[in-house]
This record gives sequence, C-alpha cells and structure tokens, in this order.
Amino acid sequence: MEIVNKPYAKAFEDFAKDKKEILCISADLDSSCEIDGFRDRYPHKFISMGMAEQNMMSFSGGLGLAGFRPFIHSFGVFTYRRPYDQLVASIAYPRRKARIMGFLPGITTPGGMTHQAIEDISVMRTLPNMTVLETGDATEVESICEVADSIDGPVYCRMLRGSVPRLFETPLQIGKLRTLSEGKDILVFTSGICTEEAIRARSALKKFGIAIKHIHVSTLKPINEELFLSLISEAKSGIISMENHLVNGGLGSIVSDIISKYGIGKKLIKLGLQDTYAHGGSKGYLSRYYNLDALALIKSIENLTNTKTNIQEVDLNEARIEDVHSLSKAEAL
Amino acid sequence: MKNKKTNHEVAKGIRKRVFEHCIKNNGGYLSQACSAAEQLAWLYNDILNLGDSTQPMIPEEFSGVPSKDNQNYITGAGYNGPFESSYDRLIIAPAHYALVAYATLIEVGRMAPEALDMFNKDGSSVEMIGAEHSPGMEVHNGTLGVGLSTGAGLAMGRKIKKETGEVCVFMSDGELQEGQVWEALQTCVHHKIDNLWAIVDVNEQQVNGAMKDVMDIGDIANKIESFGAIVTEIDGHNFDELSKAKKINHKDKPLIILAKTSPYQGMKYLKTRFPKLHYVRFKSEEERMNMNNEISTELGISPIEY
Repeated sequence: MEIVNKPYAKAFEDFAKDKKEILCISADLDSSCEIDGFRDRYPHKFISMGMAEQNMMSFSGGLGLAGFRPFIHSFGVFTYRRPYDQLVASIAYPRRKARIMGFLPGITTPGGMTHQAIEDISVMRTLPNMTVLETGDATEVESICEVADSIDGPVYCRMLRGSVPRLFETPLQIGKLRTLSEGKDILVFTSGICTEEAIRARSALKKFGIAIKHIHVSTLKPINEELFLSLISEAKSGIISMENHLVNGGLGSIVSDIISKYGIGKKLIKLGLQDTYAHGGSKGYLSRYYNLDALALIKSIENLTNTKTNIQEVDLNEARIEDVHSLSKAEAL
Repeated sequence: MKNKKTNHEVAKGIRKRVFEHCIKNNGGYLSQACSAAEQLAWLYNDILNLGDSTQPMIPEEFSGVPSKDNQNYITGAGYNGPFESSYDRLIIAPAHYALVAYATLIEVGRMAPEALDMFNKDGSSVEMIGAEHSPGMEVHNGTLGVGLSTGAGLAMGRKIKKETGEVCVFMSDGELQEGQVWEALQTCVHHKIDNLWAIVDVNEQQVNGAMKDVMDIGDIANKIESFGAIVTEIDGHNFDELSKAKKINHKDKPLIILAKTSPYQGMKYLKTRFPKLHYVRFKSEEERMNMNNEISTELGISPIEY
C-alpha cells in the first residue's frame, strides 16, 4: 500500500499559493496542521492567531466580510468546543466562506479527551448552513482544498495528517458515495479511517462466502438521501455503519434517519464510540478497545448473518496485503 | 445628507425618540440612549465617512435567515452606506443598543420615523436585539464580545486589500468582561491593525446592576494600555472631546476611546431606577406617569400620549 507523507502540506500550498482571496489562518498549530512550510514560503498569506480560538472564529468572519476565504487550521476539537458561540454567530449564520480544517479526528491521537474530536461531525452537522466533509485517505486529503473552496458557505473538513494511506485513485467529490465492493448479504457504510479497517475485514470474509457491499462516505452534509435509500433498500441481512466518532449524530445517525424516514424495516448496527469519551493511546490500541477495528466489524457481521467465522487478527494482517493489490479494482467498480 | 442637523440636535432627537418609544411601549432600553446618544450622533453625523444609505427609508420586512435557498438575503449594513473601499464601516457590538441606533438612523435621515413602530413587531426586521438583517447592523452581535474580533478581521482584510476606509467598533464596557475582547485586542496589537478604532460606552452598567457590584473590571484604561493599544479617556457627552480623541495618532496600533458616560444623562429622573437600568420596565402606572412627566419636562417636550 502506498503511504503518503504529509499529503495536506503540499496540497494546500499548491492550491492556495496563487489565490488572492485565500488566507491561511492558524491557532499556534502550524506544523501540527502541516502548514509550517506554507507559512515560511508565503508569510503574506499567513495570519497567526495564537491560542485564541474564539477571536479566531469571529476574526475569520470579519475577513469573510472583507471578501476573503480563510482556511482555518487547528485540531478539530478546538474549532467547535471552545468557540461554539463564535462559530455560530460569526461563521455559520452569515454563511462566511470559511474552510475549517480540523485535524486529529476521533481516536487518531494519544492526546486523550481534550484533543480527540469525537462529536465534531454531530455538532457541525446540526448547524444550519454548514457543510461537513471527512477524508479517508491521501487522495481525499489532496483533493479536499478544491472541493471545500467550491462551497458557497462554511465547511468543516475532518483531516488526516502525517503518514496517510492511499486507498483511492479519484478525487473526493461532494455528495458522491464510493462503492468499494459489491455484495448482497451485508451493507457496510464507513467513513474516515474506518474505511481502511473495513477493507481488511472484507478480504478475510470473502473466504467464508460472505459478500459485503462496502460504501465509503466522505460527504456527511449535505446528504444525498436517494443514493443512501437505494443502497439501504437492497441490503439483505442488515446494515452496519462504522465511524471514528460517537455513534450519535454522525454516519450511523444519517443511516438511521433514512431508515426511519422511509419506513425501511432493516436492522442497523452502529459501530463507533458508544456514548463514551475515549482516553489517550495509539490508534491501533484505541480501535481495538473501542470496537472500531476490522475484528469488531467481523463480529457485527457474524451477529447479523448468524454465522461464526473464527477470523483472528493474524488472518487480517494477511488480508491487508492481499487487498492492496485489489484496491484499484475496487475503485474501478 | 451630512450635517443637516448639529450633533447636539441629533443627540437630543435620539433621546426624545427612545423616550417616546419606551413610554408608549411600557419600557425599553432607555438608559442606553442617555449614555450613548452623543456617541452615536457624533459617529453618524460627524466623524464617520459613510456613503448614502442603499436601503429603503421604511425597512423591508424580515425575509428569512441566510441559507442556500435565500440567496437574496441582505444585512442591515446598507443603512450605513455601500461597501466601497473608501467608506468606513461601523460595527455596533452591543446589539442591545439597537433601539438607540435605530433612533440615530432616523435622526440622520437614513430611516423613516415610522420604522420605529416596527420595533420588536412580529415579522419585522427592526428587531429588539439588533440582528444581522436589522437596519444599521452589519453582523450578529447579540452575543456580547464578538464585535471587536469581527471588526479586527474586517480591518485586517481591508488593509491587505489596501482599502482606505476604516473600521469603527462601537462597544459597551460590560462586554469587556468577556475574554474574547482581550483576545481581539492582543491580535490587533500583534498584527498592527491601525485602521481599526473603537469607542466604548463606559456607563458602568450591566443587566444585574452596577458593574462594580456584578463583576468589577478595574482600571480598564490601564489594562487596555498594557495590552499595547492606544487608549484615551474622555467625557462621552462632550463632542469636542470626542473629536479630539479621534485625532490621536495611533500608527501601527488600534485606538480605543473610553467614553465615560452617565446612564441617566438628559433624563435625571431615571436615577430613581439605579442600579437597575439595563432594561427599564415601569413597575406601576404611577411610575410610568411620573417618568413621563418628569423626563418630558427635562427634554423640553410635552408628556407622551399613550
């Protein structure tokens, strides 16, 4: 599998350097958000806000009023918990073209509760006028600036940083779902880092004759209900959502809303943080601890299909390698 | 339309209109008219470089909040003139002063007197707490403390675009209790945002009563100065002092004018309500009648019929 180093650093610089109306805003997290190179090379387009997120939000609203499209960089959690009031009054209500780049989604950081954005999608989705996107691989990170900047209003982007796997070959497109595998037994929706985990599970499951339809979701608002509806209607044994977020207010709730709205009698298992805060630890450890990994997905599938696979972690590691070679095929579906 | 009236006449007109409105409606933001009448009169009638209003004299009705389905949404900014690079912008940070601001727009000929009848009426854009779509309002400031940050961002943006118009933020001293204001100040100083200036109505009042009893903020001039801004303290009812303050050189720094005011200036009888002055609702018909008689005499008008 190709691992891309700091995909956002280059993508943002390439996108923003020549655009007059784009400014780079940072709350003392330049290198953590991979914009330190941009800061050094384009200081006239960079505004340091220090550790003062409330001011940063209203200030960015003011920049919007002056005709700019600020790209606001921080850890996701700092862009909504402390400055929620400012986010609403200065960004969301007036539909400022602010592009909020929130890093460290969910359990991707050992920083613990204070650093883990676990309700960001839920909070941002409930705000009128806000668009919500989430990146799941390096290609999506590389293409998100252009997508975000095309939106007529504010947008929150859940960003991956550092070493990011490349799973997809085509850029992120707003409102589009990616079909990664076909299968009639189980329908699996994943977003963010959970997509890679589901790919690992998928190959191992194939040996047991369980075919899953795997859908990757990168637009969490607005939702194209018709696309979801046609998929959900065809799922035979049930649906699983898997997200690096609380199970309330995110992907699982999106699916659940559609199921109830259209009166579809299908069972849904929502994998994610089950109404709990997380603690600090490695991504691998936390994924296992909070049932957010491939094994957790397999257990849920066993539950829905009433089968027992006995798949172990060791089987999954092999599966991962196999799957790398089939990625392009999956994408070509 | 500039200077058809003197600043004194505009300030007097503001007090009269707000007083009349409060008597008729059995209450309102009366003390804010007392403390801020001169400041708002001076801003609109004298010191700000504003273009002619782009909006109708009778404000349009409320036509929906901003959304992708409401592309024709307009803010109240047009009452302060068009968004052109040479004109100043005015951010009224404490949106609770809306009634006083509306009265000012009327006095300087930017809005019809009838607009005040639309105040706080269902379906009207002339809202009680100035909304983004209310006349003279450019953004939502009902949540106190966001105004200076917004003004700072707007000013920095204008600087980058080399626009000559300045940004003025009208503030109240109560909102200095919010930490965000100090975040904004440090940002203005750090980034040398000197096309921004603010005037603070220092009337020492807040909802619960006198600020020194609710949450004393101490020596604000000293605090602001130590943040690195240029600060001056003046009599907020004195036009000469206001104009002198604006002339202070503040190159590379924001200018903060602390306008010391009285919350019953021009309506001495209001002192009977101290320290509950934030929103004056008459406790009895007798109080309403006494207020009407005493204050109308001081304003030199006949008692208001209601």
